[in-house]
Amino acid sequence: MKINADKCVACGNCTYVCPMGAIYVDPVINRSVINRDECVECYACFNGLSQEHLNPTLVRGMRTMLKWFRIRFDPEPDVCPTAAFEPDELVWPRLVRRAFSDPTVPHESTGVKGRGTEEVKTNDVTGRCAYGEVNFTIEFGRPGVGARFWEVQKMTQALARAGVPFEKKNPVTALMSDIVSGTLPDDLLNEKVLSCIVEIKVPLERAEEIIRLVRGVEGQISTVVALGVGTRCEDDGDERRVIEVLHRLGYNPQRAKTNSGLGRLIPSETPPAAPETVGVSR
Amino acid sequence: MTNTLHRYGAAESFNDDVIVFAITSKGKNDQDAVPRLKKFLTLAVPFQPVNMGDGAKGGALRATQNLNPTSHWRRDHTPNFEAVINGLDKPGTAAVVFDKRENAIGFVKAVKEADLGLCVNISTAVEGAEEILDAAGLPRHSVNYSLGFEGHTEKLPSTQVLSLTTMCGHGMISQSMAKKMIDWVKEGRRTPDEAVCYLARFCACGVFNPMRACRILEDSRTHME
Repeated sequence: MKINADKCVACGNCTYVCPMGAIYVDPVINRSVINRDECVECYACFNGLSQEHLNPTLVRGMRTMLKWFRIRFDPEPDVCPTAAFEPDELVWPRLVRRAFSDPTVPHESTGVKGRGTEEVKTNDVTGRCAYGEVNFTIEFGRPGVGARFWEVQKMTQALARAGVPFEKKNPVTALMSDIVSGTLPDDLLNEKVLSCIVEIKVPLERAEEIIRLVRGVEGQISTVVALGVGTRCEDDGDERRVIEVLHRLGYNPQRAKTNSGLGRLIPSETPPAAPETVGVSR
Repeated sequence: MTNTLHRYGAAESFNDDVIVFAITSKGKNDQDAVPRLKKFLTLAVPFQPVNMGDGAKGGALRATQNLNPTSHWRRDHTPNFEAVINGLDKPGTAAVVFDKRENAIGFVKAVKEADLGLCVNISTAVEGAEEILDAAGLPRHSVNYSLGFEGHTEKLPSTQVLSLTTMCGHGMISQSMAKKMIDWVKEGRRTPDEAVCYLARFCACGVFNPMRACRILEDSRTHME
């Protein structure tokens, strides 16, 4: 993302809306600028700010005059008055930032938007997580901190050393240069994303071990981790085996996402159309 | 829709926050999914949702690409459910947000009756989802528990800000913007109703709950963290 300096009037609205806090008004040029190292290409500024198309010279003139009288215009806070944001053409490896950070763009590897994974949301038609299995979604950078792929790799390599297979239909797995060792491409390691999810599945007996392993790696990285633990319920909807493990480890989950089981297979007559993506699978 | 899983708050803070969403799986049940997803959203309207969204195009309140300057004084903050339903044109995710559990129960019953074949999930407190599915006569198929946030949690903002920002799990609502809205409500520069509309427009899939956000903003006037 870039800000057109000819259009920007330094109103400062955009400095608040960046989830990474990467936008600031440069006092030397008196224009908003983006810290490209911190920007994750989430497009929150471009997609979230409403746009007016006012004449920049006129707006600057009015702002200067009002400022001289110590009067501050009280604009709508979610508006860019001159539509100054312009998308950049992204190339590898930077385009990975957008793929993982802009929820409106599906991942090429899975065709799914957002973090790009279905986990147990579609378990009623995919059977991704069977009885006695536990599906872990280990999410990095959420909420509002962001993560770099070197941090993700610390986790994937630790999991790989523990002999844990990675979910194949997952965008992080699709990026790995070596899935056996959980290694990501070198040129990707310093790229920053809003968040991303590593997804694994283990037998119930290994759930406690995995949670302890994840906790151990959390101390070696500098971001936050959100852990989701999914499982298949009994036929009567009961689920006690995983919750008992979680209680034993000191967790008392307040919130969950619950699959109702209403999904059913609908045979496809024609191959599905290719989704519009930003092309980041390897 | 992992974006709905890690909302911040204790179980009771989700009493006015129930998300019911439908999703398709590529090659499994996405055949001719668009009319079924539209039907899913249409079925929700009589049950008074507080927001709804299409994962590709956003929620019932969206940013405008050609805003009229007079809207600084006369801006329309009315959620547009019709635009969400009419705009849905690709298989994916459709979500509906309720602030009353009984409305969610009525909706899930209607969805069950319609037999759309979509994967339907409920995101709320653990017991809340059980209660809704019990009332609809559906046993839980699978469950995904949120264990909350770990690691360098010192980088996280106050719980009030976190409660607001995590209602857009994609992270499109920034901490600075949420804090700004809390401050503006305190200053009396905007009402909570107005402030939540600004925040909701950044949510890219319509799962932001404006009623819960309103309650949090009201509360922030008197309970400082």
